[in-house]
Amino acid sequence: MKVSLFIPCFIDQFYPHVGISMVQVLERLGCEVDYPEGQTCCGQPAFNSGYWDEARAVAEHSLKTFKDCDVIVSASGSCGAMMRVFYPDLFKETVHHFDALKMAPKIHEFSEFLVNVLGVKDVGARFDGTVTFHDGCHGLRELGIKTEPRELLSHVKGLNLVEMNDTETCCGFGGTFSVKFPAISTAMGEVKCTNIVATKADYVVSNDSSCLMQIQGLLDRQGNKVKCLHLAEVLART
Amino acid sequence: MIAFAREFKRMAARYTADLQHRALIQRALRSYEVKRDEFKARYQSWGEARQAASEIKWEAINHLDRYLEEFITKLEARGTKVFVASTDAQARDYIVKVAQENKVKRIIKSKSMTAEEIELNHALEHAGCTVFESDLGEYIVQLRHEKPYHLVFPAMHLTREDISRLFEKELGSQPTNSPEELTMIARSVMRKNYIEADLGISGANFGIAETGMISITENEGNARLGTSLPKIHVAIMGIEKLLPRLEDLALFLPMLATAGAGQQITCYNTLYGGPRQPGEIDGPEQFHLVLLDNHRTEFLADAEQRDSLHCIRCGACLNVCPIFKNVGGHSYGTTYQGPIGSVITPHLRGLQNWKHLSFASSLCGACTEACPVGIDLHHHLLQNRRNATQGKATWWEKPIYAGFVFFMRRPWLYQLSGKLGKIFFPLHKLVNGTLLDPLRLWTKTRDFPDMAPQSFQEYWKEKKAKGPHAPR
Amino acid sequence: MPLADHRQEVFARIREALKVPAPHRHVGHTGEHPTAPNHDDGLPGSETFRAWLPLVGESLEEQITLFAQNSAALKTELHRVGSPAEAAEHLNQLAREVGWHRVATHPHPLALPLAEKVPLPRLVVGPGYAVTDMESCDAAITGCDFLVAQTGSLLISSASAGGRALSVLPPHHIVIASASQMVPDLGTALHQARLRYAREWPSFLSFITGPSRTGDIERILVLGAHGPKRLTVFLVP
Repeated sequence: MKVSLFIPCFIDQFYPHVGISMVQVLERLGCEVDYPEGQTCCGQPAFNSGYWDEARAVAEHSLKTFKDCDVIVSASGSCGAMMRVFYPDLFKETVHHFDALKMAPKIHEFSEFLVNVLGVKDVGARFDGTVTFHDGCHGLRELGIKTEPRELLSHVKGLNLVEMNDTETCCGFGGTFSVKFPAISTAMGEVKCTNIVATKADYVVSNDSSCLMQIQGLLDRQGNKVKCLHLAEVLART
Repeated sequence: MIAFAREFKRMAARYTADLQHRALIQRALRSYEVKRDEFKARYQSWGEARQAASEIKWEAINHLDRYLEEFITKLEARGTKVFVASTDAQARDYIVKVAQENKVKRIIKSKSMTAEEIELNHALEHAGCTVFESDLGEYIVQLRHEKPYHLVFPAMHLTREDISRLFEKELGSQPTNSPEELTMIARSVMRKNYIEADLGISGANFGIAETGMISITENEGNARLGTSLPKIHVAIMGIEKLLPRLEDLALFLPMLATAGAGQQITCYNTLYGGPRQPGEIDGPEQFHLVLLDNHRTEFLADAEQRDSLHCIRCGACLNVCPIFKNVGGHSYGTTYQGPIGSVITPHLRGLQNWKHLSFASSLCGACTEACPVGIDLHHHLLQNRRNATQGKATWWEKPIYAGFVFFMRRPWLYQLSGKLGKIFFPLHKLVNGTLLDPLRLWTKTRDFPDMAPQSFQEYWKEKKAKGPHAPR
Repeated sequence: MPLADHRQEVFARIREALKVPAPHRHVGHTGEHPTAPNHDDGLPGSETFRAWLPLVGESLEEQITLFAQNSAALKTELHRVGSPAEAAEHLNQLAREVGWHRVATHPHPLALPLAEKVPLPRLVVGPGYAVTDMESCDAAITGCDFLVAQTGSLLISSASAGGRALSVLPPHHIVIASASQMVPDLGTALHQARLRYAREWPSFLSFITGPSRTGDIERILVLGAHGPKRLTVFLVP
């Protein structure tokens, strides 16, 4: 199967290893991986800040970039939700509405693609350590992803999955919210970190690097040793 | 910045730093969560029940004219005096006039968020009446001269010690740390108020169009007493509270209790269809029902957010909201706190002054998931942001997003800025966390990640150059 | 009417607003693209709700068992007794234990005879009763319309329970009902109430579920907030 990767801008610049891990896992599973060049940002920062005209201008670029792709796999639940759920809203009553609706069902978040499209639960990974999983809100509530990452993790050899309390509670990142309301964002993150640390896990895994940036930022500042990893980075280890 | 936004940020900073507050609210809501989940699990299908509740409210709201007419006709036929108020002032004036015409001195009031919305107590006190809040939580916040902290649990921010000190000071009672003894103190104070009051005020949880009745949900029995003993009963409700049929309550009463309070059903769910009828031995001689618009028809006109009128004020969205749990109910500065408050306050009090509440959200969607009537809450926050920005963009944001568009539509520029970033980003270390740090809003409390030496795009180019069979 | 009301302008605004239709919403997770629900065959009714709400058994015995379970959870004191006479024995024991001085009741085919078996001064409420008189009573003995198995609730009305105040003012509410008054769920109770009263609705109907309670102090349950501290139900065959 030919799979087109969508590597959101901040993953491209800050967490490229997430994308590289996705390539490794997908190739291991026999997919033909493609990366449509020229991709930038899905437009979510502008969209979430109320600048829908600007978001549309950026989203148009994405629509164009991925126009000829049949299967698009996103490294982030949040950016995937932007393209699958919010593009149709964003382009309502514009000439691109049809394109947005046509593209929506082709967008998949990584874990959901592996489990629901490829039908794979065991990717042949090995990872020694205790892991807790944080549900990114957009993946969880916009895309309905809950069991898929857990199924994948439960098949990783050597991995011990422990659930934290309130795993479905937001980490407080929220894009521009994190800098518009830093006090609230930080408090939410602290609550999350308390729940993470209580599990005594060595790693926090999520399918959204943006949440992990918030969580790791706080854990590091607290001097905590717990490390954040994207799900793909765990699944790529053999 | 708008004064309301500044005040919100100030209060939010205070509460988020208050770890005692955080622990108190977490503990209080934890017990709610356990009970809520226990009762939700008894439903054969909570999901289908939610879908049906949403459809029934959709029907009522989207044919509001028809149901409202039926409701009013049925009530008036049995002697209820119905007053339709377009504004908060009209509602206040009417109720004050009822009080004055009947020479009312003492008023016993049960919990009503709609009465809070129109600041009714203030108007009645100004007219020389004494108003006793009878709901325990409301009574406590009234004694403290505070606004309710939560639309269902008004005093959840207080500990038993706080309440004991309050009662000691205001009522001269003995200090105690027993919630039961504190409740009994309030009970004994309130008893004579029920008997001596000339007028009882209540809200309404639902209006039944088909039979012309209002439904009041409570646990304490204070609303029942306040609507049984005084000779006049005045109820106030928003025009959106209607349900088409009597049997709809079979769905809404348990869902309201489970979602809002973690109960299977609340202790008293009472239907009132008029004043004392011929052959009845008690009940008020006069029953007035004030139906309040107060901007509701404006959000009725906004088809995109019309479902915010489905709200049954259960408070479920507050109880799951991580923002609410951290900033607390008083930071909002609104009648309705939490996600529903952030959605509707801009409609009730003006978008530009209250848009900050729509921005103060991580858009996690826990509210939407919890809402028993399926209001698309967190997406409405997005729409409020859009509407606010279209009406009046922030002067410094507009050029930033123009630049964002310019870069993101030009992949070469995006890639170039990544390359330049890698050169200049290490300089960030020099100013990290200081006043000169452009990322200070982040780095004050959190570490910021380093840029990767090689971006994914660069990796991909390299990989492609090596050919398809090159080692990874 | 003391002031002209504003219904015309409000109704005009409502009709204007509703000219634009609102979208239907599917309340699953938000990524699912909704299909408009089909309302051609009307809104779902209480017959349909039954399939989603907590399960209720079909036989009377199952329903009584469920009612008893719910009562226990809610601190309603339920006594299944063989006859009204047995109920009277329990009641007299209760009266002695607590030390009642006076009880209130109302003319009702089950409640009044029960109250008459209590050898204490008695207030039988009727038109013009004094509220202070009722307030001095230690217990109120009333009938009810229906018992609801699903929730452990009693449906009362001003017709079945002696007006509005009797069942809420005295500190102990005693209800006597026969097993034939048991209904499976709220929907049935409302439907049966409609059959009983629709020609002339009482001005007051109430579902009572357990004694009065509050959680307003630290979300800790306290019984007897403003209404009765105790609720006792005698279920006779």
